[in-house]
Amino acid sequence: MPVLLALLPFGLAFGATATGNGLTAVQALGMSVFVFAGAAQLAAVPLLSAGASVAIVLLTVLVINLRLTLYSASLAAHFGRLPAGWKGLLAYLLTDQAYAATITPFDEGETDESDKRWYYLGVALAIWVTWQAATMLGIVLGAWASEGWSLDFVLPLIFIAAAVPAIKDRTTGAASLSAGIAALFCGALPLNLGLITAALVGVLGGLVAETVLGRSWR
Amino acid sequence: MSAFTFWLAVAGAGAITFALRLSFIALMGRIKIPVLLSRALRFVPAAVFTAVVIPLLFYVDGAVEVSFGNERLLAGVAAVLIAWRTRSVPLTLVGGMVVLWMLQLMGIGS
Repeated sequence: MPVLLALLPFGLAFGATATGNGLTAVQALGMSVFVFAGAAQLAAVPLLSAGASVAIVLLTVLVINLRLTLYSASLAAHFGRLPAGWKGLLAYLLTDQAYAATITPFDEGETDESDKRWYYLGVALAIWVTWQAATMLGIVLGAWASEGWSLDFVLPLIFIAAAVPAIKDRTTGAASLSAGIAALFCGALPLNLGLITAALVGVLGGLVAETVLGRSWR
Repeated sequence: MSAFTFWLAVAGAGAITFALRLSFIALMGRIKIPVLLSRALRFVPAAVFTAVVIPLLFYVDGAVEVSFGNERLLAGVAAVLIAWRTRSVPLTLVGGMVVLWMLQLMGIGS
C-alpha cells in the first residue's frame, strides 16, 4: 500500500525529532499511541521540550487537529449507524491517510454497507502499525534517518492521487479551485490554521457554485 | 518539564484529538443533520485534499515560490497529470518521485 510508504519518512521524522528534543523512547512512543496524529505530535514536541504550559500544548493540538472534525462529519454518513464500540474504534484510527484511502470508494458506492467498517479497519490498522513502527525506527536511527531521497514528497503525492478523483464535476472543481487559491494565501498562517481555513473556503466555494450553476450542472 | 507534566499534556492531547475524531461520527444517528451541512459535506474531500497539497507544492521556506527553480511544484504538476490520465495511485507516486529525482539530478532547483 503506497499510503504506508508515505508514512515512513513522516514517522521517522517524528521519532528523530522527539529524541532530539530530549524525550525518552517510551515518551515518544506514548505520544504516537495516545495522540496518533503526526502533524500535532511534531508541533507539540518542541513546545514540550521548551517547557511551554500544558494549556498552550493542548490549544496547539486542538487547532492542528480541527480538520479531523471535517473527516468525522464526512464519514459519519457511512458509520453513523454502527454500535458505539465500533464508532469509538474507527474514530480513534481516523487519520488524513485513512480518510483519503476510504472516502472515494465509500461515496461512490463501490463498497457494500456491511463491508465498509472492515475495509476501513483494515486500512486504518495498517496505518496505525506503520506509524508506530516508523516512530520506533526514527527513535533508533535518529536525525540521520529523515534526510536524503526527499521521501517526504510522497505525502503531497498521496493527496494529489486522492484529490484528482474527488473532482468529479463543476461544483467539486469549484470547491478544489477555491480551496487551492485560499491555500496559496493562507499557507503562512501559523499552527496549520491555513489548512482548515482553505478547506472551509473550498467547501463554501462548492456550495456557491452549486447554487449559481443549479443542480442540472452536476 | 517533569515527567508528570509531559504525561498530563499527552493525555490531554490524546483526549482532545479523540473527541475531534469522534465528534460527528457519534452525533450522526442521534440528531438530524441539517440539509445545508449534508450538501456541504460533498465538497469536503476535494476541498481538504487541495488545501493540503497546495502549500506543500508552492511554499518554499515559508514563502510562495512559482518558478522553474521550485522542483516540488514541477513534480507536483507532473503528478496531477499522471493522476488525471491514469487514475492510479501507485503510478502517481512512482511518477511524481521519479520526476522529482530527475529534476534534482539535473540541478534545476539549485
